[in-house]
Order: sequence, then C-alpha cells, then structure tokens
Amino acid sequence: MTTHSDVEQARLTYALRLGDNALVLGQRLIELVAHHPELEEELANANISLDFIGQARLFYSCAGELEGRGRTEDDFAFLRDDGEFQNLLLLELPNGHFGDTIVRQVLFDSFYVLQLEALVSCTDAGIAEIAARAIKEVRYHLRHVSQWLIRLGDGTDESHARVSQSLLDLWRYTGEMFSGDLVDDCLRDACNGPDLARIQEQWHDNVSALLKEATLDMPEDGWMISGGRQGVHTEHMGFLIAQLQHEQRACPGASW
Amino acid sequence: MYTQGLDQAGSKPRRRDGLETDAQLAAFQARIDADEKIEAKDWMPEAYRRTLVRQISQHAHSEIIGMQPEGNWLTRAPTLRRKAILLAKVQDEAGHGLYLYSAAETLGVSRDQMVRDLLDGKAKYSSIFNYPTLTWADIGAIGWLVDGAAIMNQIPLCRCSFGPYARAMVRVCKEESFHQRQGYEIMLTLVRGNAKQKAMAQDAINRWWWPSLMMFGPNDEDSPHSAQSMKWKIKRFSNDALRQKFIDATVPQAEFLGLKMPDDKLEFDEQTGHYRFGEINWQEFYDVLAGNGPCNRQRMATRQQAQADGAWVREAASVYAEKQAARNAA
Ligand SMILES: [Fe+2]
Ligand SMILES: [Fe+2]
Repeated sequence: MTTHSDVEQARLTYALRLGDNALVLGQRLIELVAHHPELEEELANANISLDFIGQARLFYSCAGELEGRGRTEDDFAFLRDDGEFQNLLLLELPNGHFGDTIVRQVLFDSFYVLQLEALVSCTDAGIAEIAARAIKEVRYHLRHVSQWLIRLGDGTDESHARVSQSLLDLWRYTGEMFSGDLVDDCLRDACNGPDLARIQEQWHDNVSALLKEATLDMPEDGWMISGGRQGVHTEHMGFLIAQLQHEQRACPGASW
Repeated sequence: MYTQGLDQAGSKPRRRDGLETDAQLAAFQARIDADEKIEAKDWMPEAYRRTLVRQISQHAHSEIIGMQPEGNWLTRAPTLRRKAILLAKVQDEAGHGLYLYSAAETLGVSRDQMVRDLLDGKAKYSSIFNYPTLTWADIGAIGWLVDGAAIMNQIPLCRCSFGPYARAMVRVCKEESFHQRQGYEIMLTLVRGNAKQKAMAQDAINRWWWPSLMMFGPNDEDSPHSAQSMKWKIKRFSNDALRQKFIDATVPQAEFLGLKMPDDKLEFDEQTGHYRFGEINWQEFYDVLAGNGPCNRQRMATRQQAQADGAWVREAASVYAEKQAARNAA
C-alpha cells in the first residue's frame, strides 16, 4: 500500500532523477565547448548545454523544497557521491565522436520529450511547471539533433557506417529508460505521472520513423543494461563526478 | 581589441598604380574627416581594406581561441550558477566571433579563408589567450582584466570609420561589460572567502596583470602603423593612452578587492592624476607573439584537431545537401 510519505518520497526521488539526467548530460556536452569545428554548431551546443544546466538547477531546487531540509541545488550537484546519482547510464557515457554524441541525444531526447509532455499534467505542481518550461527547449534540441542524424545517416558511406555503429553501441542503454521502479509506479498512480509503457510505444514509433528517414536500420532489442535508478553506474561516472565536484571538494564549505 | 600590436606586418598605404588616383584618395580621406561611415560597397583604398580585414579577422580569431582557456573551467565551475554564467559567456564569445567574421566577409574575404589562415598559423590572435587558466580565480581575473581591457579597446571602435565593424562593436561591447562585471564579482566573492580563496585570487592577478597590460600592444614609439589607422579613424586612441586609461580604472578596483597588483613601481601621481607603473616585459610579449607562450601550441592543436575531427561530418552534410537538392529538383 502506498502511504502519503511514500508518495512524498517518490516525488522527491523523481525530481532528483530528472535533475541528475539534465546535469549529467549537460556536463558531458560542455566538455565539447570550444571543440567544434563550425561556429554555428558551437553555438547550438552551448545553447543546448545551457538549457540542461538550467533544467538541472530547477529540478534540484524543486527537490530541495520537496525534501524540506534546506538542501540547495549545489548540495545535490556537488555534495553527493556518484552512487547517489540516479541518472540514466546512457547520459554519462563519454561523448565519443560527433555521431555518437548525436545518436545519444536523439535516443534520450526522443524519450525526454515524451516524459516531459506527460509530466506537464502531473499533479505535482512544481515538477509540472518545470516540465512545461523545459519541453519547449527539448523539442528544439530534438529537432536539431534529428536533423543531424538524418544528414549523417543519409550522407556519405562513411557517415552512414559511423552512425549505424553508434546506434548499435548505444541501443543497449535505451531499455533502462522504460524499465521503471516503484518510484515511477508511484508517480504514475498517485500523481498522474508518465506511463512508461505508453511512452515506450510512442518512442519506438517516433524513433523508427526518424531512423527510416535517416536510412538507418533500427537495431534489434537485445540485452539491455541498467543500474542508473539504483545508483550503479558505468566506470565513466566517477571521473565525470570528480571533475564536476573538484572545487567544492577541494575547498569544503567555501562560498563561490 | 584583441588586435592592437598584432598588426606588425606592413600596413603602409601602398597604392595600386592606376587604380587609386590622388583624387580618389583625397575624396576618401575627406569622407573620413567628415566622420562619415564607410560601408562595404563604398570605394575604399586597398590598404584601408587590407588593414580592416586583418584587424577584424584577428579580432574574430581571438574571440574563438579565447573560448579555450575559459572552457577549461566549465566542467569544474564551483556552483551551478557559476557554471551557467561561464557557459553563457563562452557562448557570447562564439557569437562575437561569428559577427566579426561576418563583418570581415563584407570586405570580400570568406570565413573559410580566414579560418584556414588561422589553422595554417598565418593569422594571429591576441597573445593573452596563450596563457593557462590554472585555478578558478583565473576565470574571475580573465573576466575582470581581460574583458576589461577588451572594453577599453573596443569602446572607441564603436566609432570606427568602417560601418559594419563599428556596428558589430556596439553589440559586442554591451556583452563585454557584462562579462567584466561577472569577472569582478567572482574576484569579490573569492576575496571575501577563506584564506585559500584569497590566495587564489592574488595568485591569479599576479599572473594576469602584466599580460593584460600587453593587450594594448607595444609602446607608441614602437607602433609605427598606428598613425595611419588613426588618420583613417579605425583607431581613435594610441596604445599607451588606452593602457593608461585601463590602469587608472583598474588599480582602484584592485584596492577595493584588497589585492595587490604585482608591480612595485605602481604609484598614483597626484600631479598628472594618473598611475605610474613599472616596465612591461616586452621580450615576453614578442616571444608569446612569435609562438613561444605557455599554450600557443596547445591552442592551435585544439583547433586543428577539431577541424580534422569534423572532416567526415562536413563531407556528410555537403553530400546530404546535394542529395536533397537533386531530390527537390526531380
Ligand atoms: Fe568577446
Ligand atoms: Fe567577453
């Protein structure tokens, strides 16, 4: 039976997971700043990363309010250990080449757009409000990366081969998006939150249409890796967190 | 800014025989003297065009290379707010590069060509960006001092005789002064922090003060081409005058922060109302300009790597565009 405090806890965890997804992907994307060959793409990437960092701040502040113990956005970002982060593993993977980065973001944004759309009508006003704001940004991101995927898929033999491989490499991380736990169930049942089974169907249809346009084959659903919701990460996560938290850990308690 | 002292190669007005008559040159100078704006399609002496292409493209390259030292702290910014502010700043710099390249393109040189010149080591960028950012305080020092020096240089450029450059500078200056305030605010927070943070702030100005003074270029007597740029109203103040203005504005800010500029000779002169300061190490300036600064190779290698990594992507995009064009034609 779900009690009132279970629901409270689920909302808090859910807000934190949204913040973790946004922060971890944003952190990966800012590694690419000043490394783009074309200025237009440099600007687009900075824009997208800035949106994710902004969303992380909002979700963390919301989590801080739900928790009610005075923790701030920075406490969540900088003072938790990597095992306390509950982002999707897909998002913490190294950027790889441009095609890998694009495929990772297409796969995630296709999910995130649907997740945010569902969250707009969730009964947690704080989360719903942030979702309504974030969705405009993420729709733009998805359009941007989808156009790139089409160019790369339907470009040269080399680009086609490269992104096909990116898809095969990253596909096994997509299952985790839809394999919810009690938190997801609770948010769906008690707060009119996202229904992951429905999202999965839509995601499958949308991604399949996009891949078709990009002349790419949709990989078979095989074995799927997961662990993000339990804080069990890839080997890459520790380094990401070490860089992220470097200053705060080197100078504990300082204000910046 | 980001250009003064870099234009060492001859920019003497060399006439193209038979193409530029005395009457044309006199009429052009009369327009300049009357404070008219020269637009891209107007007649202009070849040397004026060349001087501007070099200056604007160097300025653009500086904006782009300047993203690297600051980008170095993006993943480690100490708070999410600071991270977002720094990211927005670096994004602004990319935007500045974009409008400056566009302004230079109005003079008949393509962005591709300018970028190729940078990658081939033929074009220069401001030497300040060849210094490393070693601590978070360097991000504060860059915003405060480097963007501060940039503003000093760029405000007069808003009145530059070449219209597209002047208009680009108006927009750029607004953002630069925002950057400068944010940099100063980082420093202010650090000096009000713990002992380690204060030491970090002092160490940053120890390393950035002199290079930021070098941003104004060589002393006037060693800057032989300035006179022509002044006559053309590309440049409005001499290197030394701008440097002095910057020092006079910045030293009191350092005092307010409780930080000491690394110059024992720095002293306010009651009579002139200006600060006197020590000798700049011009050997270091020319060394860094010649490629021998701490990060010259690293900065160029990063750009070259980015260009090489992007080759397959550019090719894919252009092949896709051709396919699309063919499909639309069919
Ligand atoms: Fe700038
Ligand atoms: Fe700036």
